[in-house]
Amino acid sequence: MKRIQAALLALVLLASGAAFADVTVPHLDIGKGGHCVNDPKFMKLNHGDLLKHQRTITVHQGVRGRYSLEKCVNCHASRVNNSVLGTDRNFCQGCHAYAAVKIDCFECHSSRPETVSETLTEIAK
Amino acid sequence: MSEELDRRQFLKGSAMLAGLAIAPGMLLYDLAHGRSLNEPASSAVRWGMLIDTSQCESGCDDCVKACNKENGLPGGTRPTDEQWMRKVELKDMRTGKATSLPMMCQHCEEPPCVDVCPTGASFRRADGIVLVDRHLCIGCRYCMMACPYKARSFVHEPLHDQKPDVPRGKGTVESCTLCVQRIDRGENNTACAEACSKAGHKAILFGNLNDPDSEISRRIRTVASTQIRADLGLNPGLHYEGL
Repeated sequence: MKRIQAALLALVLLASGAAFADVTVPHLDIGKGGHCVNDPKFMKLNHGDLLKHQRTITVHQGVRGRYSLEKCVNCHASRVNNSVLGTDRNFCQGCHAYAAVKIDCFECHSSRPETVSETLTEIAK
Repeated sequence: MSEELDRRQFLKGSAMLAGLAIAPGMLLYDLAHGRSLNEPASSAVRWGMLIDTSQCESGCDDCVKACNKENGLPGGTRPTDEQWMRKVELKDMRTGKATSLPMMCQHCEEPPCVDVCPTGASFRRADGIVLVDRHLCIGCRYCMMACPYKARSFVHEPLHDQKPDVPRGKGTVESCTLCVQRIDRGENNTACAEACSKAGHKAILFGNLNDPDSEISRRIRTVASTQIRADLGLNPGLHYEGL
């Protein structure tokens, strides 16, 4: 009996191992998505630099320009939980968990688009 | 041939002159109607306020409530709660004259908070708004001690559900931003001034101190107003009337 159990366990482990082997990139829920400021390949590599550059000119000069974290969130918040965070399928968290890069943007910035969250709070009232 | 060239150059030159003539006109138009989202704040503008204390009603805190709502502040009154704006009630013990006024960041031209900041997080924007760059703030609170108006707050607790255009976070200092998110959108009025007008007091007048034709400049020219602690020579952007 114990042998059968061990064999079954090995099978399950093998099967799950095979399943994990398929996962090469995170499967993201990109929300509304679509082409915005640059193509996805460019954004994947450069969004951090773009945001860092933009944050300086936005805060210090008041330029609310082309690259804006608020706009990223507006289009890429998941339609399931209305956020870019929450699960490993959410737009920001998904990739950053996969790449093991900590994001601290959302300790201060909102991870939800305003319009919908306001509607939600209105409903909650 | 040379005549032809001269004529051409003359035409070119006059076209450029016409361009220049239009450009200042357009610039004036832009200043009057707010700048575009892609334009940096300009020192041609200096945002300020004139607060008429004779119109400010004792006990009314509509401005404070509006500030809290606009910026997503909790509105608590414990010593550790963030407060960008507060109401101050004064009484002259000799004459018994009571005065009520809103108090917040005075947006100084020579801000002590900027002088003492070790990281450059406290800064004054070209259009006169004194802000904290929370990306650079290390939470040392020197600025809070340097400010003669007690205008700044420190965020002690982790925050959730901040407003998308007003990012705020634990471990940083913050204060009145003159509703910078509204100014950058071109709305050119603050939440507190709007609420005060709505309540019928019209005690807070917001505007451009550098524009001689703005309502605030005209009022400051014609009525007696003062800056709080004017003796410090900081030249605050906030002026008070009836103090």
